[in-house]
Amino acid sequence: MSQPLINADGLTCVVADQRLFSALDLAVLPGDLVEVRGPNGCGKSTLLRCLAGLYHPGAGRVERSASFTYLGHRAGLSADLTPIENLRWFAAIDGIRVDAAMLAKAMDQVGLGAARFDRCGMLSAGQQRRAALARLLVGRADVWLLDEPLTALDDAGCALTRGFLDEHRARGGAAVCATHRALALPRSAQAEPHGERLPQTRVVALGP
Amino acid sequence: MTAFLGLFQRDLLVALRRPTDAANPLVFFVLAVLLLGVGAGGAERGLGDSAAGAVWVLALFANLLAVEGVFRRDFDDGSLEQLLIHARPRFAAVLGKLAANWSCAGLPVLVLSPLALFVLGHSTAGAGMTMLTLLLGTPTLTLLGAIGAALTAGTGRGGLLLAALVMPFYLPVLIFGAGASTAAVDGQDAAFELLFLGALLTGSITAAPFAVGKALAISQEY
Repeated sequence: MSQPLINADGLTCVVADQRLFSALDLAVLPGDLVEVRGPNGCGKSTLLRCLAGLYHPGAGRVERSASFTYLGHRAGLSADLTPIENLRWFAAIDGIRVDAAMLAKAMDQVGLGAARFDRCGMLSAGQQRRAALARLLVGRADVWLLDEPLTALDDAGCALTRGFLDEHRARGGAAVCATHRALALPRSAQAEPHGERLPQTRVVALGP
Repeated sequence: MTAFLGLFQRDLLVALRRPTDAANPLVFFVLAVLLLGVGAGGAERGLGDSAAGAVWVLALFANLLAVEGVFRRDFDDGSLEQLLIHARPRFAAVLGKLAANWSCAGLPVLVLSPLALFVLGHSTAGAGMTMLTLLLGTPTLTLLGAIGAALTAGTGRGGLLLAALVMPFYLPVLIFGAGASTAAVDGQDAAFELLFLGALLTGSITAAPFAVGKALAISQEY
């Protein structure tokens, strides 16, 4: 069995006297899609922030043995820069060399037409989401940590996102997503199993 | 180096896109100098020997004004968390951000300081020394101020809280910066003050980005 890309062990998180989750174990293996579900305020985002290392849980630990990209509900796009410029910046902090053709390809893939040359502050929420998705395609990290990736996206955008996730898993990547809607494609449409283990789609339900 | 340049270029580009925001500290500096000049009775009377000290105080406030919001927009749009997670080394990324911030506030103030001294009725003899002290001193102010800005990034308010927080650390820089400028006008040797300013700068370049990174990480624990 392959090594977990991210392994969380006994995570316990208490915020303002409210226990969000306790003794939560999570092993993310290549090809996995973990859907974190639960009502608003149940700690989905906090769990993702724990996995990304932004938030330190009250107890337990997280081992990250693979590259990952975290996409929070605030996508990290500067309102004063165009999607292309933001993408360049993401590549710079991810330590990836990019050229104009790669960026243009990623923009085509997420379906941002002429909007790629407008400042992000001028774009709609859905277009901004698409610009943020482009970052995942350029970054090619092993694990994607996505906080409500379908927010503000139209039907076509949701289909795109599901497709990207599927391709990513087929390449041996994994994803942990906080979501209210199913992210996996129907079984028949899914890619071939990766390695000796069947890739799993799992749901982690938080909250009461 | 990639992290440093990445942040440096991005922040300069953002400043270019928001010229009114970026020029705020400089406008403050120019207006304050002009008003002080008028208040002191024009260039003929002026502030005399205190002019270098006045320019230093105004440069300090212009710097504080610029550094106050250095992390706020990034905190709000989520690029700060991206920087903290992904930028390696974090030290270089923070330094790049602060270098861009200084280029928009400290640098133009430095360039305009001889003019400011003239408006305030200072003898032009000390202008070179004042520029030198500002060159050594204002980056230290940016670096120290950034620690305060990082600590207050998550609170949503900087302003007076930040000023109260960092002012004690600004004092040595002001004392030695203005001291060297005044000494130069009096024809005295200012080597000691300059060495001290240099030491402060070296120390803060080495230590401040780490402190800023740590403080920013704390701001994300919500």
